[in-house]
Amino acid sequence: MSEILQEKSAKQEKPIKKRSFIDWRYLWYQLTGSPLTMVGLVVILLILILVIFAPIFATHDPNTIDLRARLASPSADHFFGTDEVGRDIYSRILFGGRLSIAVGFGVVIVAGFIGTLIGALSGLIGGWFDTITMRIMDVVLSVPSLVLIMALAAALGPSLVNAAFAIAIVRIPYYVRLSRGQALLVREMPYVAAAQTFKASRWHILRWHVIPNILSPIVVQATLDLGNTILLAAALSFIGLGAQQPTAEWGAMVATGRNYILDQWWYSGFPGFAILLTATAFNIFGDGIRDILDPKQNAH
Amino acid sequence: MPIDMSDKTILKIEDLHLNFPIYQGAVHAINGVSLYVDEGEIVGIVGESGSAKSVTAMAALRLLPKGSFRLTNGNITMLGHDILKISEAEMNSLRGNQVAMIFQEPQTALNPTKTIGKQMFKVIQLHTGKKRKEARNLALCLLQDMRINDAEEILQRYPFELSGGMRQRILIGLAFACSPRLLVADEPTTALDVTVQRQVLQLMRAKARKTSTAILFISHDLALVSQFCDRIYVMYAGSIVEEGPTKLVLSAPAHPYTQALVRALPESSTKGQRLESIPGTVPKLTIKQEACSFRERCDHAHDLCVKIPSLVMSGVKTQKAACWLLEKVR
Repeated sequence: MSEILQEKSAKQEKPIKKRSFIDWRYLWYQLTGSPLTMVGLVVILLILILVIFAPIFATHDPNTIDLRARLASPSADHFFGTDEVGRDIYSRILFGGRLSIAVGFGVVIVAGFIGTLIGALSGLIGGWFDTITMRIMDVVLSVPSLVLIMALAAALGPSLVNAAFAIAIVRIPYYVRLSRGQALLVREMPYVAAAQTFKASRWHILRWHVIPNILSPIVVQATLDLGNTILLAAALSFIGLGAQQPTAEWGAMVATGRNYILDQWWYSGFPGFAILLTATAFNIFGDGIRDILDPKQNAH
Repeated sequence: MPIDMSDKTILKIEDLHLNFPIYQGAVHAINGVSLYVDEGEIVGIVGESGSAKSVTAMAALRLLPKGSFRLTNGNITMLGHDILKISEAEMNSLRGNQVAMIFQEPQTALNPTKTIGKQMFKVIQLHTGKKRKEARNLALCLLQDMRINDAEEILQRYPFELSGGMRQRILIGLAFACSPRLLVADEPTTALDVTVQRQVLQLMRAKARKTSTAILFISHDLALVSQFCDRIYVMYAGSIVEEGPTKLVLSAPAHPYTQALVRALPESSTKGQRLESIPGTVPKLTIKQEACSFRERCDHAHDLCVKIPSLVMSGVKTQKAACWLLEKVR
């Protein structure tokens, strides 16, 4: 008896550890069960490390012109060869990745934040506010997104920041629709109804009840969107509406390398491969995250 | 406010008639319900599904969605306020502070993304204006009253990590946070299994007695109500067919419907025999009732039953029933 009592008191003395919202151990467990997601994650982490610490990993300055080594093929000195003015392609890919990935994250964060806010509000408030917002979103969605992005980017003037801005605007409706649909479900929950009966403000309901409960599909959407956005930003740079010369950017590099594609495959080949690898890694990871966050969907 | 009522009465509903307009006509949900709840009293409303038990409670708390219903007659008074007339702001301060409600399904009543502690502190802070530290102490106190031993740890948990009984106990505890005068419990134990049900109700009853909180308990379970309530109302098809002290109503039911219900309890049947049931179904509420609503299923139906009977004394103390048989007896 006394043993049990002792055990109980010992248990009580144990400090309660602060619990985080995300159960990291569970996430790790799920990741180990899904090797493909793991691969995606590892590739993403590698790319991020390479890109963030580009000055350490780069072998040359990305903008130094070396006319003696023009269009050199890949070698020990230039891993991925050089371009038409002798700049090291490997180093340019690392530095260019900074821009591409920054655009990806920036666009997703901005579009996700604004879109989620509008969508959640729209779903929560309903009525004419909802109708007007959703019709505006329908208009944006009804135009093919690449055309709209190009039009916006061209109107704003060709630069990477404007291109990112254009992509963000076009991506907003996807988040609005997603979060509105989710907000409509959450709105009907008794805990929201209860909060409404005692003068809880709309802002409080939005921040406390709606947003946390609609976050998981939005996180999935955002992860999947990262790859697409990087691809879109590269596409805009490729057609000259994004990053301008001589800035190192993947899409722009593929574009100029196109002229040499038959003889110097490495010029547009490696930047193209970088785009492919990054977009694929983010997409695979996003798919995996979706399955992890929605256990009802995966059948295994 | 010129309301003539004793201070003891917390909730009083008088001759309430309410319907829900539909594409053709209306669903006559409540047809002349009168009831009262005194201070510290535990009152039960029993009836089968669709007998408007919940609607009555929701109407009393003004929780029915605006514009969805038509109130054709009646008065609702709660703590000296005319519920049908006061402003939304006044109603808001009544709800939560003076009156609390417990819902059927304990899972959806809690936000799944916040810990129990966060949610409890928030509600307590909102209603009582207490500081976080005080709110925490109160929350621990409430949980301990609900016999939750490791309250400290429970505060750190998310709702999905707890069992249904545990969640419902938390909600009941939370309902007492602002020491309400009236607690409306709409089938609070339906989602729980029988053993947990009894335990939760005992805790709720003990807590209510301690704080002299009145409870309006809505249930379809006659056996449960008989153990829990001081006084019961038996509802059938939107009207009250019998009322009185629980013991009296169950031991000597006056209305044929209550009699049939009591006979249908498994406890009252002998072993080896088929359980008794009431033939027929509840009448459609889309047609306004002109006759006694139980006429079709009643063994004692006679000529007088084409008119709606009123609640009359059944002869014993405060027990009343709405049946023409009683008139005849008199």
